[in-house]
Amino acid sequence: MDFFLQLLVNGICIGLLYGISAMGFVMIFKASSVLNFAHGELLALGAFFFLSLVTWGKLPIIVSFLLTLVGCFLLGFLIEKFFLRPLIGEKLIFVIMLTVGLAAMFKGLILLIWGGNLHTYPPFLPDALEIELGSIYIAPVYSMTLLISVVFLVLFGLFFKKSSQGIYMRSVADNQKAALSLGVHVRRVFALSWAIAAMVACMSGIVLGIINGVNVHDLSAIGLKVFPVVILGGLDSIGGAIIGGIIIGLLETFTGGYLNPSLRDVVPYIVLVFILMVKPYGLFGLVEIERV
Amino acid sequence: MKKMSFHPCGNYRESYAEELSIFETWFGRVCLGGFLLLLFGLAPFFLSPYLLYILNNIGIFAIAAIGLNILIGYTGQISLGHGAFFGVGAYAAAILATRLNVPFYLSIPAAGFITALVGMIFGIPSGRLKGLYLTIATLAGQFIIEYVLIQWESLTMGTMGITLPSPSIAGWTISGDKMFFFLIFLSLVVTTWFAVNIMRSKFGRAFIAIRDNDRAAEGMGIPIFKYKLLSFAISSFYAGFAGAIWAYYMVSITTEPFNLGLSVEFIAMVIIGGMGNIPGAIFGATFITVLNEVLRYATGILMNVSVITSMGLNMAPLREFVFGLAIVLFILLEPKGLAELWRILRSSFRLWPFSY
Repeated sequence: MDFFLQLLVNGICIGLLYGISAMGFVMIFKASSVLNFAHGELLALGAFFFLSLVTWGKLPIIVSFLLTLVGCFLLGFLIEKFFLRPLIGEKLIFVIMLTVGLAAMFKGLILLIWGGNLHTYPPFLPDALEIELGSIYIAPVYSMTLLISVVFLVLFGLFFKKSSQGIYMRSVADNQKAALSLGVHVRRVFALSWAIAAMVACMSGIVLGIINGVNVHDLSAIGLKVFPVVILGGLDSIGGAIIGGIIIGLLETFTGGYLNPSLRDVVPYIVLVFILMVKPYGLFGLVEIERV
Repeated sequence: MKKMSFHPCGNYRESYAEELSIFETWFGRVCLGGFLLLLFGLAPFFLSPYLLYILNNIGIFAIAAIGLNILIGYTGQISLGHGAFFGVGAYAAAILATRLNVPFYLSIPAAGFITALVGMIFGIPSGRLKGLYLTIATLAGQFIIEYVLIQWESLTMGTMGITLPSPSIAGWTISGDKMFFFLIFLSLVVTTWFAVNIMRSKFGRAFIAIRDNDRAAEGMGIPIFKYKLLSFAISSFYAGFAGAIWAYYMVSITTEPFNLGLSVEFIAMVIIGGMGNIPGAIFGATFITVLNEVLRYATGILMNVSVITSMGLNMAPLREFVFGLAIVLFILLEPKGLAELWRILRSSFRLWPFSY
């Protein structure tokens, strides 16, 4: 029973990580229908940027965190401006391969600058976040992850429901032409959504870096793990990303714990194929029925 | 049907047969024949073994890239699992050769057919999914095949790998780059011929119709699902065929090379070469293979420059960066790929002095 509970808690913790890694991905897809294969590298860029500010720049944690967010905001803006905008209206394969190419470029850059070794942040989390319930132990980083994901979920919920920019974004996602004709600045919305999504990705990268250490290869692997998560949750649902993340996380830890540790990494993809065949729009995705 | 010795200055075709002709002029046919003659007559005898090795690799990857081009460029179905199919072919040939002692001239096509079967299984989602959902499904296929190749140890020997016997026909052993050159490039010529001709047939037209507008194709009576599966089968056959030759050429294989990176390289070959263009796939395979070799050479030199080593920089990731940059630049600047550049180059000669 204890083993089961520990697996359950671990699964939820890992799942939350997947969930927040997937949030930025979903935001990009929601606003511009781009499948971002460079997501893992965006996570890594954020984590490494933070790393160099903290360890090389010796800046205080809060300042470097804010600087990283600003930097990533700009980065997302520039990516959209220079790479994605010329491709609006182009074939899907070009958009996908462009993000694949960007992924290779970013990965090469990160490896050139920081190398492929594992780096760690200096410890800065307060111990008060540590939770021990009977035999179950939750490390402070995981409770912080939980906290951050709830905060961001609420923030994004409010942003999309209440703020005018959020409503513009939803309108563009829903129907680009109608939004344009009603006076929404579609280009600005695209740029803004990439900027915000890059910011979210960087933040998730930092959280992942705190937990597992910062390593390009691990982080870009998570960028691919995002696909089962978002398909399960629905490609355009942010809440769905979190829930999909938790389900995939649980699935991984339980197959790893009970069935076969080597099956652990491939189980999300088997589930992915199954979901795609049965319910391609996921649990919370917008259903567009098309029968050809 | 008359053949002109020069390109006409307008469209003077009178029958469908003329419309479908591959060579518009005798000149083109002679050029291709001459090129092949030079390739087979000179290349294996005058090139150094290293250059021949690169050429052989280009030939193998070109076969696989042609297959992927049929799927992506002509049928419009994006597959991220081509690298895994390549691996399935390599393993099928290796297992057939070591366990059942099948001679190579049977095991290579058999590997192609086995891969075609696997490709059809992973093409089944295309009946229900399209666009990016299908892409993600093939991505899952890539990981699942990779997992099976590593974990099914009783068959694939897992991470140990398999060593193949050298192929022999009638007591005559094929080994060394020179002999393989003939095997590989004869296969390339045959597969290219087959691909070019299948695109002129009813099947090719159906593929193009599905790519351009699947609803209209269905409305015109093309059974979409069957043709999509067929396209998956043909493209996987090419991948498996190339993989099998590669396995024989490399002598021993492990699961390591058949990862997502290889799939991405295949798509890069198709895009850089030119989608929907059979010679384009060969250009793309050439470009990517040569780029890889040049970058390996360049990073090797840079590693020995004292300034860089003293700074502690590792230049190996430069390869990855330039590879990504090449994809991005081609997509942004010349989305039709090298085939389009080749066409522009040819027509500028033809239209000289009024070329643009």
